[in-house]
Amino acid sequence: MPYLFLSPFLVSFLAFVVYPLIYAANLSTTRTRIIGGTTFVGIDNYLRALSDDNFWTGVRNMVAFGIVQVPIMLGAALGAALLLDSGILKRPTVFRLVFFLPFAVPSVVAALVWGYLYGQSFGPIAQIARFLSLDPPLFITPATVIPSLANITTWQWTGYNMVIMYAALKAIPTELYEAARVDGASGLRIAWHIKIPAIAPAIMLTLVFSIIGTFQLFNEPNLFRITSPTVVGTNFTPNMYVYNLAFGNQQFDYSAAIAFTLAVVTALLVALVLGFNAWRRRRA
Amino acid sequence: MTTATRTSPRGRAPSRNAVFANGIMVAGFLYFILPLVWLILASTKTEAGLFDSFGYWFAAPFNLLQNISDVFARDHGVYLTWTRNTAIYALSAAVLSTVIAALAGYAFAVYDFRGRNAVFAIVVGSVFVPGSVVAVPLFMMMSNFGLSDTLLAVILPALVNPFGVYLMKVYAEHAIPRELIDAGRVDGASELRIFASIAFRLLAPGLVTVFLLSFVGAWNNYFLPLLLLGKSDLFTLSVGLAYWNSLATQPGSAQFLYALVVTASLMAIIPVTIAFFIVQRYWEGGLTVGGVKE
Repeated sequence: MPYLFLSPFLVSFLAFVVYPLIYAANLSTTRTRIIGGTTFVGIDNYLRALSDDNFWTGVRNMVAFGIVQVPIMLGAALGAALLLDSGILKRPTVFRLVFFLPFAVPSVVAALVWGYLYGQSFGPIAQIARFLSLDPPLFITPATVIPSLANITTWQWTGYNMVIMYAALKAIPTELYEAARVDGASGLRIAWHIKIPAIAPAIMLTLVFSIIGTFQLFNEPNLFRITSPTVVGTNFTPNMYVYNLAFGNQQFDYSAAIAFTLAVVTALLVALVLGFNAWRRRRA
Repeated sequence: MTTATRTSPRGRAPSRNAVFANGIMVAGFLYFILPLVWLILASTKTEAGLFDSFGYWFAAPFNLLQNISDVFARDHGVYLTWTRNTAIYALSAAVLSTVIAALAGYAFAVYDFRGRNAVFAIVVGSVFVPGSVVAVPLFMMMSNFGLSDTLLAVILPALVNPFGVYLMKVYAEHAIPRELIDAGRVDGASELRIFASIAFRLLAPGLVTVFLLSFVGAWNNYFLPLLLLGKSDLFTLSVGLAYWNSLATQPGSAQFLYALVVTASLMAIIPVTIAFFIVQRYWEGGLTVGGVKE
């Protein structure tokens, strides 16, 4: 009986996840040339990926991006969730809905709107700078494009992570901290010693999703590329490289190898984070 | 700060904290809302008005209605086609993937069968498969099956929602008492009937959560539709907007389409926003369970 219930999912899972994975794995071990056709090349594509600067530049960009953006976003999300849960806010529902609102905005629209806000011609930030007789800040230069993109991601995803953490906070039995409150523990101490440890699994969930999301970054930089092709190159993020190899250069085989290498890099990082978390919990 | 004094019995210091906390949240409120305020104001301006006026104030003439009709008129009404495509894609992806996830999550929660934990582990593990790994094969599969220029090309992959299965399993474990299922069996109801008439209703908040997450995921998706939908009359809103924007901003060959792109962007986010506000009270309940249980 359970198989009847499971079959719609398992069939589509096999068709649209497992089969494509096998297909990609196969593809990544071949090379197709105009003359000579498709040949099996073993791990050649992977060896090439390991020494491909175009790929590792993208990976480095994403590390630089994530190492600042993820802690800021999750820290803000956690802070906001704790404040929503603390009962000291005047209009918690309004804050919750507005913080969450950008999640409902397609990332294409988010990138467009922020692109305009950053813009030199009619962007309000440049307008204010000119009004104050200052030089309008340049948001899309080699030095500033990563923070500018990180800001868009933060804007979009802070509320989503906040809602996951807030949902976890609401599920903590209040007896857990009522006693501490009666004993006179401050809200900050309760948050630090009781609430945050209690929702650690939810925080880890958001962290893992954020790491994966960072290494999958594509939409926003791909839109910025239209206006600033010299700043945002075809390999600015690993995923853009995958896309451009496949659909720009028709190198589907090598593109598949890059995608798998990226997946392995992501998995290693996630494993590192989870391993560190397990080690920390054993020590505690 | 009456709220502060009411909730904290310890006098003045916490009330200063409360002022500080509310202040921070107001700053966050502005950060999250101001880009959208700009978008709304910009949609009311003409092309010239965008350049001549301050971004955070109105400009004469009030051009919103003209902009909206320009959006609908552009390229023989392709915007409406994009909206229809996006709605078909997002609705069918959300409805089907939610039902599929509910069936699977229910099976994982209610039945004991060989290999259950292993299969569930694989399903949950697949959440971590980056989309770009399967994107290229999906593209090739879809063209092999002659689906590459149909909406099915994006709907079919969206049927797989492993995070949804996880949420539904956890939710079903909490929301469906075993005694109820056993009682149904004693009454001679078939397993399918038990699911349809007893379990489905109890799963409602979880269903709303999964539906909403997959609806938004599909409505806002850009990567897969960009890859799989080549013809402009099959574009989704995200792909179409990016295309219009590229016409507006391409260095050298720019057309003056800013007012159009801005207004079309505003129009694209309204349906999802409304959907969210309507169901927001229902859906967080589903996450509450998902967020705690690991």
